[in-house]
Amino acid sequence: MEKNSLSIKTIVAIGIGAAVFVILGRFASIPTGIPNTTIETSYAFLALMATIFGPIAGGLIGLIGHALKDAVFYGAIWWSWVIVSAFVGLFIGLFAKRLNVESGIAGSRQIVTFNIVQAAVQAVGWFLLAPILDVAIYAEPANKVYLQGIVAGLSNIVTVGVIGTILYVYYAKTRSQSDSLAKE
Amino acid sequence: MAVEMLSYIERESPVHRLSGVTKLVIFMMWSTAAMLTYDTRVLLFLFAASIAIFIVSKVKLRDIAFVLIFILIFLLLNNIAIYIFSPQEGVNIYGTSHVLFDIAGRYNVTIEQLFYQFNITLKYFVVIPAALLFIVTTHPSEFAASLNRMGVNYKIAYSVSLALRYIPDIQRDFRMIAQSQQARGIDLSRNEKLVKRVKNAAAIIMPLIFSSLERIETISNAMELRGFGKKKKRTWYSTKAFRHADYLTLFIGLAILVVSLYITFHDGDRFYNPFC
Amino acid sequence: MKKPIIQFNQFTFKYRSQVEPTLKNINLSVYEGEKILIVGPSGSGKSTLAHCINGLVPFSYKGELEGSLRIKEQETKELDIFTVSKVVGTVLQDPDGQFIGLSVGEDIAFALENDGVLQPDMTKQVMDVSRLVDMESKLDASLHELSGGQKQKVSLAGVMVDHVDILLFDEPLANLDPATGKHAISLIDQIKKETNTTVLIIEHRLEDVLHGTVDRVIVMDEGQIVSDSTPDDLLASPVLESAHIREPLYIKAMKYAGCKVTPAMQPAHLNTLQIDSWRKHLVQWFEAVKQPEDDTKKDAVVLELDQISFRYEKGKNTIDQLSFLVSKGEMISIVGKNGAGKSTLSKLICGFEKVHCGTIRLHGKDITGDSIRQRAERIGMVMQNPNHMISKHMIYDEVALGLVKRGFKQEEIKSRVDTTLRICGLYPYRNWPISALSFGQKKRVTIASVLALNPDILILDEPTAGQDLRHYTEIMDFLLELNRQGVTILLITHDMHLMLEYTPRAIVIADGKIIADKSAVEVLTDQTVIQSANLKETSLFGLAKRIGIEQPAQFVTRFITHDREVRKTWQ
Ligand SMILES: Nc1ncnc2c1ncn2[C@@H]1O[C@H](COP(=O)(O)OP(=O)(O)OP(=O)(O)O)[C@@H](O)[C@H]1O
Ligand SMILES: Nc1ncnc2c1ncn2[C@@H]1O[C@H](COP(=O)(O)OP(=O)(O)OP(=O)(O)O)[C@@H](O)[C@H]1O
Ligand SMILES: [Mg+2]
Ligand SMILES: [Mg+2]
Repeated sequence: MEKNSLSIKTIVAIGIGAAVFVILGRFASIPTGIPNTTIETSYAFLALMATIFGPIAGGLIGLIGHALKDAVFYGAIWWSWVIVSAFVGLFIGLFAKRLNVESGIAGSRQIVTFNIVQAAVQAVGWFLLAPILDVAIYAEPANKVYLQGIVAGLSNIVTVGVIGTILYVYYAKTRSQSDSLAKE
Repeated sequence: MAVEMLSYIERESPVHRLSGVTKLVIFMMWSTAAMLTYDTRVLLFLFAASIAIFIVSKVKLRDIAFVLIFILIFLLLNNIAIYIFSPQEGVNIYGTSHVLFDIAGRYNVTIEQLFYQFNITLKYFVVIPAALLFIVTTHPSEFAASLNRMGVNYKIAYSVSLALRYIPDIQRDFRMIAQSQQARGIDLSRNEKLVKRVKNAAAIIMPLIFSSLERIETISNAMELRGFGKKKKRTWYSTKAFRHADYLTLFIGLAILVVSLYITFHDGDRFYNPFC
Repeated sequence: MKKPIIQFNQFTFKYRSQVEPTLKNINLSVYEGEKILIVGPSGSGKSTLAHCINGLVPFSYKGELEGSLRIKEQETKELDIFTVSKVVGTVLQDPDGQFIGLSVGEDIAFALENDGVLQPDMTKQVMDVSRLVDMESKLDASLHELSGGQKQKVSLAGVMVDHVDILLFDEPLANLDPATGKHAISLIDQIKKETNTTVLIIEHRLEDVLHGTVDRVIVMDEGQIVSDSTPDDLLASPVLESAHIREPLYIKAMKYAGCKVTPAMQPAHLNTLQIDSWRKHLVQWFEAVKQPEDDTKKDAVVLELDQISFRYEKGKNTIDQLSFLVSKGEMISIVGKNGAGKSTLSKLICGFEKVHCGTIRLHGKDITGDSIRQRAERIGMVMQNPNHMISKHMIYDEVALGLVKRGFKQEEIKSRVDTTLRICGLYPYRNWPISALSFGQKKRVTIASVLALNPDILILDEPTAGQDLRHYTEIMDFLLELNRQGVTILLITHDMHLMLEYTPRAIVIADGKIIADKSAVEVLTDQTVIQSANLKETSLFGLAKRIGIEQPAQFVTRFITHDREVRKTWQ
């Protein structure tokens, strides 16, 4: 029965993950000093969750988390960027699953792969998908939305590169190996 | 730091009495219509209609004042940005140029640009009341049930419910962790250097994230122990039965959607052009 | 002939990450309709045993199983967790993790929803069950509006609605005030009688559970069952003492007085206890123990709260015009019912929340406007929920964190951390990740991390909840030692005996106001205060009355003096 449907753990991970995404997005974004550019720690978290729980969880955390954040704090949902969040979660999950972070190994090979994946996925998401959707849905001027997409994309790639990598390594460390704990 | 957020407001009104499914479907049709159309006549009609529903719902302006102010500021900034980036967007779209006055270079003010930006703003004014109303008149537990009824897999619907259930808890945790870290000597004030600020933020988000991961474990254990996911279907304690008003509302909503799309697209252009 | 419903046979379990098995050679049979209490030191494997019964081991926690465990004649290894969950209903140890629904009604209905029960039926069943636990008026309330005791009732209703055969409670009393705890125990008793369910309770508060009827008590130590007997037999034996589990106070007093407790005396309840033959003995002992001299000398005031008020949301004040003075070197208990505002008060003192009006002074200086960090230089605080404080992965790093931030030298840090880890009984685990600890062990990590900083004033929010007697004694004795060296200590607690034993002065809070501020003994002899703050006399008062002592309070103080002398020899 568990095989063809989602496991309970994934469901809970989506729910709690979305809630954490909302709170990080609202309270833990750090202003950089450059106008309109903040360090969105929530994307580092999204990348971690996608890596641990896979593409479906990643995509849904992005989708539900971002839509809820917009809805409860700002009263309006900016669908184009919500879709990008879902895209980022989905595809990081798809590619990073093979890193097998549960094994507890986080060597340079894993870290490099993780970062190539996140940078490539986010580049497509923010540099291409976001502006295209902005124009299609909201008919905003193209040069404005491309610039917005590039700024957001660069800052998110760097954020995930730094904070996401720290989270990744730290998480791998918490996966204690079999037969490793004994009183001293 | 007590940040207000939108949540269900208990009132006795026809809108509150509608089933969550109805409201969700209407909300989605409404957003679709508003997203696709740039036809000023349709937008104006939808705007008037949403104001009317707002009044019927007995939600007071002051209940949601804090987001409204935020939205207005956002719209103002967005309008300025659009003008700065693309002062001729309206001229391109409508194909004519009625200059009111010049500022400098390509920056002039045309009726077309004003009209284009008026339309963009109007679109927000159509979507926003609908979204706000949906959030404040639908009880969160009914929301998940509605998603499920509309065909969303019940497990995914339940994860939305979990998210809504845990947002306040996680917000509280976030505060407590921030406080206990400050007590250990981590400064969170804004006047620190960027690198330091990132480090400090990490000191808070790490425990938040890792305690949340543990929480996932506990909650999935608790849910498992109480039999979640053992059947293909599940029922919901808090759904509302469909009544006549629901069918009627859905019918009217569908009619509005069809008519507005027809008006928008029958001449092959999303924009209503009063200039030719 | 009674039928066994749970049967452990040579059962051994090892968590995947552990080297040693956590449960060793467990042999245990539980019969239908029995009520069993499981006690044992923190980390002895009680929760793990419970997880084996409800199926979380091995379905959720992975590890190696040996031997057999049969529930209702079926080998659990061969079942799946859903089948087990139809038979066993569990109320977990973690206080926040198990409330799943958005409202009370929804949470109670959760199991029914999963079973696909139709809405009209479901509404009726939820109503019936909620009436049983007296929550029918709160069905629409959300979690945040409930007090600790009410949450417990909802958890109970949520498992009962499924008509399970076995109810399993993991420390149901840990965060409840004394009166609510007593109520919870009678509620469990009542439900057991009405439905003839088999009940297993894991609890450190032995005496409180014995307040109801218990058929058998299982004592665990280091992953093994060291005793399995009726309460009367157990209390007459030395098992509890050697496993360092707190005996009921009246039993302890009788043993100190040299009375020989036998099963025939029915020692499980104070009111059934046959005491007549020993009355003279006890009175003689009472007269022989010396009264402690009163050494409460008043020093300079360190902390002063002046008319402070605070509220979380518009409406009622959570803390309402509250004032008190604390002198240097005092050790004070803050007590009161669930939701009275004790934790809030401690957060106001540390600056976690800002007072809306009133002033807070430290050493005469107004600190109302100071930041959390400035106050933290002088005031250390251990929060109620350990998960809110832990930020590092390894135990050692967590305890060292504050010292590192304050820029201490490496060797200094190491020696201080090692000392505090020893005091808190965590030294053997210093290189473990925190995630592999039991609940009580985690709580001790947070206490250690604050103790390491040597603050002037120390506030501890329920430091002994979920601790066993040995760790309780170690932590409290260390606090007492700090106190002798001049550290001022405020303790928030629901443990009446702790209040009597360690803190000369007690502040009682109800609805955000102080309703009493006097000596601990006086508080517990004032019936109106006891009533309005949900407190409870300890059984020592009852014992003193039964043997006809005029001033029960003196009996209590003399007991404490004697007890402390005896426990000193443990170290
Ligand atoms: N998930 C886990 N992984 C590895 N080891 C664990 C895990 N959970 C518990 N343990 C270990 O098993 C031992 C017993 O833990 P358990 O939670 O059963 O204790 P307990 O008797 O319930 O203690 P307490 O009274 O503090 O709750 C502990 O020493 C702990 O380190
Ligand atoms: N962050 C918060 N936001 C809103 N209300 C809160 C918050 N924290 C506590 N409360 C409410 O304030 C009241 C006092 O809570 P507090 O935690 O101080 O009680 P307490 O005396 O410590 O209770 P307990 O003995 O159960 O720990 C309660 O009614 C509680 O629901
Ligand atoms: Mg336990
Ligand atoms: Mg408290």
